[in-house]
Amino acid sequence: MSATAFKTYPPPVMEVSEEGDELLEVAMGPHHPSTHGVFRMDVALDGERVVRLKPVFGYLHRNHEKIAEKASYLAAMPYTDRLDYFCSLTNNWAYALAVEKLAGLEVPERAEYIRVITAELTRIQNHASAIGFLMQEMGASGTPLMYAFREREKILDLFEELTGSRMMCNYMRFGGCRVELPSGWLEKVKTVVEGLPSFIDETEALLTGNEILMARSQGVGILKPDLAVNAGVTGVMLRSTGVNYDIRKVDHYGVYDRFKFRVPLGDHGDIYDRYMLRVLEMRESVEILKQALKDVPGGPIMDPKSKIRGFRPKPGEAYGRIEAPKGELGFYLISDGSGNPYRYRVRPPSLINLTILEDMCLGRNVADVVLIFGSVDIVLGEVDR
Amino acid sequence: MLGEGILKGLGETAKNFVGSFVSKDRLTTVQYPEERIAPIENTRDFPFLVYDGPDDADGYDKLAGLRCVACQICEKECPPKCIYIVKSTDKKPDFVGKPQIYPARFDIDISVCMSCQICVEVCPFEAIKMDTEFELSTTDRFGGLLFDRDHLSRSNQHYHKIHPTEATEVDARLAEEKIKADAKAKAAAAAAAAKAASPVAAPPAVKPAPVKEPGA
Repeated sequence: MSATAFKTYPPPVMEVSEEGDELLEVAMGPHHPSTHGVFRMDVALDGERVVRLKPVFGYLHRNHEKIAEKASYLAAMPYTDRLDYFCSLTNNWAYALAVEKLAGLEVPERAEYIRVITAELTRIQNHASAIGFLMQEMGASGTPLMYAFREREKILDLFEELTGSRMMCNYMRFGGCRVELPSGWLEKVKTVVEGLPSFIDETEALLTGNEILMARSQGVGILKPDLAVNAGVTGVMLRSTGVNYDIRKVDHYGVYDRFKFRVPLGDHGDIYDRYMLRVLEMRESVEILKQALKDVPGGPIMDPKSKIRGFRPKPGEAYGRIEAPKGELGFYLISDGSGNPYRYRVRPPSLINLTILEDMCLGRNVADVVLIFGSVDIVLGEVDR
Repeated sequence: MLGEGILKGLGETAKNFVGSFVSKDRLTTVQYPEERIAPIENTRDFPFLVYDGPDDADGYDKLAGLRCVACQICEKECPPKCIYIVKSTDKKPDFVGKPQIYPARFDIDISVCMSCQICVEVCPFEAIKMDTEFELSTTDRFGGLLFDRDHLSRSNQHYHKIHPTEATEVDARLAEEKIKADAKAKAAAAAAAAKAASPVAAPPAVKPAPVKEPGA
């Protein structure tokens, strides 16, 4: 191999399509404002229409899985915050659930309630910001996103008061939660939750009936249910196609079977359905929060069998999964009885939901690609890990 | 009617625009650094080492009251490996009076630290806690962000100031331990005195049970 074996990139290829038109290859990203971070789409265009689309990712790869295999079980927990940095508490929960299955730990009831409360707050702030970003990409610069962030700020303040950090919470532990609730925290949550329905009403008044939103999103980016199921798409993306699959209902992890809530389902699988589903899921989350806040039991927040130092689960394997705001987030662990996992694997919803991007974009305009991409709701920290 | 939804949305923005001048809880801009929002008690950013002794006293030997015994558990557990400890060769008494080794060097590279608090959790001696100081910008990128033992040592009063609830709990726990250790020392001394006073030939010395790590 010669010393000059570096790959050189050819200039944009002009191909001749079947109709005799020339194709233009455009690289959107890795710093395109619509790509939510360092992500690139190689789009082949026939005029304005998309003929091919190749997602290119990996720019934000941080070797999360191998780092976790070299460090102790506990030391991987703060790294899970950095997967989907919008929803660190649900990431914590998924990892804690996998380790609890592996080590056979029982989570006290109070900790389960705290987990449900924090996870639903996370879901609300994630969906609110996801809608905000989608509108940003639609050209509504600022207003919906600022309204969403104003509400998110209140929730992040609650997280900071509880966990010490706004986004990198690092709060859940194997067999419970790290610290007891600060005094008066539940009352503050109640106040915030009481204000949430009016925020959702405001978002709906601003957006739901908006003719521009409807024109740009209805019938755009349609995902078929069979493709969604075959590709392993989960979360709002899957439910927007009408497939009733919510892990909170399927697995009954935590104490979700005690709460009454509905799973909103879409009909068309288009962008508007995904927007609408996020709004409806926020409403259902508020319902769950109201029920959970009503009777938070007392008692310990940690399993007494769990220990911080010298944690060595018996050999075996476990897969823990939860319904994260973006879809099914799973952690697969193999233990060989030592202090660090033998294998540590993350099933990231963002990455898997992104794989059907081309199928949704084919035949649409470039401007629609931006919207379709925004409606998937990804975070690059989780896609690249 | 076409445009009805847009008008409704505009009404919503108008309501928010007017509301931001009327409603008190919407005026959230704080004129930092002249004004500051009240600190939240659980906030954390970078670790510091706790010593028992006077706060901000010039010339006070912080090392004398340092709780750290250089066990290196935090160094091992730290996820980004930003802690560097060198054990001392001699010993100094800890808070119960037992001679312990101390950190001859204790460095934290806060440009690597990710504020995860794992070091605080794994520490069996309540020696490392999280600070809330965030105005740490410096022009010296490497030396200025590498905190040594002297820089990291803050008094227990400082800990009480930033995390009052937590610090009170920690103090209670340490006081309990000290009482236990004192009682044990007294018992040991009494046993030794009795042994010395007794005319019978001294039985072989019984090795005391190892002290159990608190909170393990």
